[in-house]
Amino acid sequence: MSPNLRIAFRFLTAKKRAMFMSLSCTVLGVGLFIVTQATTSGFERFFTKTILGINGAIRIEDKIQDTMRSMAAAGASDSYFSQREGVKYIEGVEEPQLIGDAVREFANVRGVSAVVRGNVQITSSFKTEDAQVFGIRIEDHVRVSDLAEQITRGKLDDFRDSPSGALVGRVLADRLQLTVGDSFVIVARSQSRRVHVAAIYETGYREVDKSNIYLPMAEARSLLRKPSGATFLQISLNDPGRAPQDAAKMEQVLRHGAKPWQEREKTWLAVFRALRISTMITVSVFTLIASLAMFNTLAMIVLEKTKDIAILRSMGYERRDITQIFLWQAGIVLAIGAVLGAIFGAGVTWLVGQVPLPINGIFKTDRFIVTWDVNHYLAAIATAVVMVMVASLIPARRAARLEPGDIVRGTAQ
Amino acid sequence: MSKVTTPTPGGLALRCTNLHRHLGQDEGRVHVLKGVSFEAHRGQVYAIVGPSGCGKSTLLYLLGLLDQPDDGQIEINGRLMSNSDDFARTAARGEHIGFVFQFHFLMLEFTALENVMMPMRKLGRLRPDEMSARAHALLESVGLGAKTHRLGTQLSGGEQQRVAVARALANQPTILLADEPTGNLDVKNSGLVFDLLTRLAKEQGQAVILVTHNPEIAQRCDLTRPMRDGLFV
Repeated sequence: MSPNLRIAFRFLTAKKRAMFMSLSCTVLGVGLFIVTQATTSGFERFFTKTILGINGAIRIEDKIQDTMRSMAAAGASDSYFSQREGVKYIEGVEEPQLIGDAVREFANVRGVSAVVRGNVQITSSFKTEDAQVFGIRIEDHVRVSDLAEQITRGKLDDFRDSPSGALVGRVLADRLQLTVGDSFVIVARSQSRRVHVAAIYETGYREVDKSNIYLPMAEARSLLRKPSGATFLQISLNDPGRAPQDAAKMEQVLRHGAKPWQEREKTWLAVFRALRISTMITVSVFTLIASLAMFNTLAMIVLEKTKDIAILRSMGYERRDITQIFLWQAGIVLAIGAVLGAIFGAGVTWLVGQVPLPINGIFKTDRFIVTWDVNHYLAAIATAVVMVMVASLIPARRAARLEPGDIVRGTAQ
Repeated sequence: MSKVTTPTPGGLALRCTNLHRHLGQDEGRVHVLKGVSFEAHRGQVYAIVGPSGCGKSTLLYLLGLLDQPDDGQIEINGRLMSNSDDFARTAARGEHIGFVFQFHFLMLEFTALENVMMPMRKLGRLRPDEMSARAHALLESVGLGAKTHRLGTQLSGGEQQRVAVARALANQPTILLADEPTGNLDVKNSGLVFDLLTRLAKEQGQAVILVTHNPEIAQRCDLTRPMRDGLFV
């Protein structure tokens, strides 16, 4: 152990109560920082997972129609000229197979599913409701969504095997008092079909669960009179975080509008971000208090140890040794506080994760959602290190500036 | 194994020339030292005596490089130190100068042994086992061999001052400066500490400069320099 560390440790242990206060504040600061990050980002990530599980990472819909202006811009330069204002779109994807094959060439793409969509009315023996029909190829769609995991009643295989089977959202099924095996009538464009409930799904996103019905692609085409093309292509990615970049490239290459999930859900994401920042600011107050407590402890030790500082200086200890001795004290409290704070944070995070909290609206959960992310721990410790060390610098530098002659003479300020 | 060098007896250890020092500010500014010159040789014990406020302690702190003169020169072992920077003065203190203060100034959270080892740890000349052996030997020589592991708070005033003497000698300095080393002790302990200081310093060839009010202690020194109003008389 270096002489300075040895002295720092002894100085610190001599002030047990003050050190305990500083340590407690550091533990609280680090721990609560971790807990708030774990909870706020927990809900955000769960929301993201729900959204990706319903709508995929990117949707390609509507072909871009060249205008005189865009053609002029493209002719003036080899590179693509993006101009959102001047863009016109032709509704839908005319060649879903062709576009789908091109999309699969992108390295980050995990799956592509062509979907036809239309507004319908549904009539059960109980009542009639407005809804949206989504025609899908189930083998493709389970690769771009969590539909397989969202089945709450019935079996996905029944949907796969039955040309007139439908997947009905849980809320819609409840409203129409439908259960698995029941039949109901779908009306669209003056056509009607009688289908049966193959399975009931629940995404947790209420808007989806109360209006979306999945039908086999052939049945949906026939019902909606869309013999070819698709309303949109739903795409899943290996790394959904890269969706904006991939969508921009797809739009450029495929000449179809491509919307990443971050743009689709930007309102909710902004809400989560604001929530995360506000809690981070709130919790930083704890860390600030920890740094003030450390400042107070060190300032007190400097006052009480002026004679010891004079002795050390008379023995050949340099100013930087004195600074180090006091910074070591902050370092010791920080090291212990960071470890205990991380354990405290992990413990409270686990406890919070056990708290029953039924939520159903933008996602469905019956417990408080937390995430376990090492970055939360690193951020909490980094914040504490910066704040406490900055606060400790002031008393440490003051101690180093003391003139030994003034201390011995009794005139040190 | 690195060795602590023993100072050569009789050589010039310290010289100061025409030292001036003011203390206080503005209207309270006082000219404490008014051109003091002084020499100290190894193996000799010097007493600086005089009434309170005559500048004895101020001179001692200047000689010990704890303070800087407003004017004049200080040489330690032939090297001019009065104009040197804080780093050089600190290094010189660690290597060449030992201090004994009036109020013991032990670091009370540390044991007697740790207090004595502290200057050695900073200087870093010896290995840890050598430091420990030397500290034990020094504490033995001041009669505290049985109390090496006692904290400062567990020692009496006389014992604390003896530990301070052992600590001052730890790095085998050329110069030993003592500010009223017996001022806070009873007669018995005063004699004990003074005998220790002079005996150990003579044995190791160190120049001892002590400030004292005690005429008996002053009489037993090799040379006594009385001071008045910032000058030797």
